[in-house]
Amino acid sequence: MTTNNERPASPATPPIELPEHGEPKISNKDRMAIPRQPIAEQPAAERVNNFFEVALGYDQKTARIEALRCIQCKKPLCIDGCPVGINIPGFIKKIAEGDFEAGIGILKQDNVLPAICGRVCPQEEQCEKVCTVGKKNPPVAIGRLERFLADWERETGKMTPIVPAASTGKKVAIVGAGPAGLTAAADLARLGHDVTIFEALHRPGGVLVYGIPEFRLPKKIVEIEVNMLKKAGVKLHNSVVIGQTIPVEELRDTYDAIFVATGAGLPYFMNIPGENLNGIYSANEYLTRVNLMRAYDFPSADTPVAKSENVAVIGGGNVAMDSARTAKRLGAKNVYNVYRRTRVEMPARLEEIHHAEEEGIQFTFLHNPIRYEGDKDGRVKKAICQVMKLGEPDASGRRRPVPTDEVLELDVDTVVVAIGNGPNPLVPRTTEGLKTKKWGNILAERSSGRTSLKGVWAGGDIVLGAATVILAMGAGRAAARSIQQYLTTGEWPEPTLDS
Amino acid sequence: MPPSDALPHAVVVAKDFLAPKVTRYVISAPDIARRRRPGQFVIVRLHEGGERIPLTIADGDPAKGTITLIVQEVGKSTAEMAHLIRAGDSFADVVGPLGMPTHIGKFGRILAVGGGIGVAPLHPIAQGMHKAGNHVVGILGARTKDLLIMEEEMRRACDSVRIVTDDGSYGEKGLVTDAIRAETEASGKADLCVAIGPLIMMRETAKVTAMLGIKTLVSLNPVMVDGTGMCGGCRVTVNGESKFVCVDGPEFDGHGVDFDELLRRQRFYVPQERSTYETFLREHDHEPKDCKLRRMEAAATDKDSP
Ligand SMILES: Cc1cc2nc3c(=O)[nH]c(=O)nc-3n(C[C@H](O)[C@H](O)[C@H](O)COP(=O)(O)OP(=O)(O)OC[C@H]3O[C@@H](n4cnc5c(N)ncnc54)[C@H](O)[C@@H]3O)c2cc1C
Ligand code: SF4
Ligand code: FES
Repeated sequence: MTTNNERPASPATPPIELPEHGEPKISNKDRMAIPRQPIAEQPAAERVNNFFEVALGYDQKTARIEALRCIQCKKPLCIDGCPVGINIPGFIKKIAEGDFEAGIGILKQDNVLPAICGRVCPQEEQCEKVCTVGKKNPPVAIGRLERFLADWERETGKMTPIVPAASTGKKVAIVGAGPAGLTAAADLARLGHDVTIFEALHRPGGVLVYGIPEFRLPKKIVEIEVNMLKKAGVKLHNSVVIGQTIPVEELRDTYDAIFVATGAGLPYFMNIPGENLNGIYSANEYLTRVNLMRAYDFPSADTPVAKSENVAVIGGGNVAMDSARTAKRLGAKNVYNVYRRTRVEMPARLEEIHHAEEEGIQFTFLHNPIRYEGDKDGRVKKAICQVMKLGEPDASGRRRPVPTDEVLELDVDTVVVAIGNGPNPLVPRTTEGLKTKKWGNILAERSSGRTSLKGVWAGGDIVLGAATVILAMGAGRAAARSIQQYLTTGEWPEPTLDS
Repeated sequence: MPPSDALPHAVVVAKDFLAPKVTRYVISAPDIARRRRPGQFVIVRLHEGGERIPLTIADGDPAKGTITLIVQEVGKSTAEMAHLIRAGDSFADVVGPLGMPTHIGKFGRILAVGGGIGVAPLHPIAQGMHKAGNHVVGILGARTKDLLIMEEEMRRACDSVRIVTDDGSYGEKGLVTDAIRAETEASGKADLCVAIGPLIMMRETAKVTAMLGIKTLVSLNPVMVDGTGMCGGCRVTVNGESKFVCVDGPEFDGHGVDFDELLRRQRFYVPQERSTYETFLREHDHEPKDCKLRRMEAAATDKDSP
């Protein structure tokens, strides 16, 4: 068992007697003395050889002890920090008391996908960033506690099925089976509507199955969520591309409401010389080959991926960390992360950066590729990177990287470009009257998801640009609420689209 | 039509062999049959763990709810299709129609140039162009007589047809580029050329038509994964700009395509795929006398260069 978010080594946990039911009686001083509880993990040397999950989760005792660290603030800042306003102290208290069933009930009022969010949310930017305990000590491990409850519920077979209300006879189509679409489907099925999801790929889950690797989010978890939907009567049609197989216009004839949640699935490249050389992938392609198509299992699975010795991954976000760690697991000797700013500016989750470091990813900060060179067969052999330095802060407050005259030549045989994704163009391109922003994101009212087309909602990455799972989930919820309102009242007030 | 009742269920309705290593599949896919236009393609997955295989739609029957695919055996997946799939079986998925349809319009005189199985996707384009009032000249090329497909259909769709084979076993001896030159000499410069076939054939066609000043469309078939614009694996350089074939294409200005880059990209996985293909053939080494494919394959050996 290794620990990482707790460096330097955390002080020992004082002995605490946990009663079977209820909280132990401990003084506030003792409470404050409990260190943030480490989470069991696969050791780095072992896990770079497999695709199994890295973090193994809290056991009941550890979870209850960690939960005791929460001081149950009168004004819980963590709730404000959470994009969907989960009653965090509420579920944490129930964990401390050992009443996990009540805990998961509270959690699920606001988050239908806690097993997923507990694993992938950037907690250090959200709830844990503002946690009161965090002012002096490491914050309460809210994400790990969330994951603990969700895992407990799943592993003990206590997942409560979605019970649909009496049928309303209304039909709702959902386009895209990512977190936004799945969340909306769950809420709408519960309300008694007849819900059909259309998914372009052969498997539902969106980024959760094609992008985020197994070692961070086991596919099984997504599968269970999808099965719950199916059991509740939600129809799922894979391999249907809305806009191509069926136009939105046609869906409007058949369905009373349509929610477009097609995600940000259009990879950006840098448009620099040599970028189409063999061995240069978008992160989407690299990860899709490995996750969705199981290229790590080639030739048992039919889809191959490049064999690599030296890999450069360009970018500093979660997608870059996932790609780098995937390359390592596929057997690459050297994996460089090339990022044009420095570590503090990296947008990736802190935990992923730690994990990547432990796994031997070599960080090459303040470098930016400007061109690639290939061998005679057209395979990339060199990434030519410009050395950068940090200049004045930009609009986002991060110091802007500015180029210097220096260059670094990296010998590589594979490059993964993970610099971001734009909105998937297929629905906007084929749907007349659906207004978009300049780069193709669908314009939708923030509070409701309503678009410029009556009866059509949109949410998640297709509206926000590449954002987060929790925001996509929140957008799915908001759209479901607004759809319910529309289906019961028939009212479609003019949406405010300039957000 | 309610889409939920009429989704593609991907059953192989009919299967027959057209030429050595070339098989025709008729597949039930009502939504695709209804929507597809000439020039579009589908992605097929045979089974769990299977690749996503992009295949151009050769024909479709909206009334029957079927589409036709004509597939050449080039690797493990297409071999599996040819050797193991029977009429009545289902594919795991068939998704489409993908890509942009061909722009069918009134151009004047059109050269419809097809090489090998490229004739199959060319056929509906020739048909459409003919219907739109164009004078369509079909130019069909094959290595040898046995490998020429859909001649009758093309004769019906075109105003006239020229046939060339590499070995002279049928039609004129020569390449499609020779026929393009001959046609131009005989009847003057055409207004448009649509060329579909092996990359090298399309590259050479584009070279010749560039010299002759004939606007040329080619239909590209790069390595693909999703076919929805999500991965960028299908990118190709056209007029100096990177394009995603699955959403921006598959048809492009033949005079702007960087064919050599595309050729290299197409060959990237060949070493890995060759070994799985060989393993497949070894493991499925059934009695040659029972296997029509084997007989046809034997007939086609030593005619295997592009
Ligand atoms: C590698 C990677 C790692 C990430 N890591 C994190 C993380 O750690 N934490 C975090 O919070 N966020 C992370 N994100 C971002 C997060 O995954 C997304 O913000 C979130 O998935 C968006 O959800 P969505 O439902 O809007 O879209 P998506 O998850 O993109 O789902 C959209 C779905 O719609 C389908 N679709 C698209 N077009 C059509 C069409 N025309 N017809 C039918 N279906 C269609 C797509 O196939 C897809 O399944 C990561 C993203 C990536 C790529
Ligand atoms: S801010 Fe921290 S300590 Fe306060 S309620 Fe939330 S989790 Fe507990
Ligand atoms: S095949 Fe993935 S973007 Fe075209």
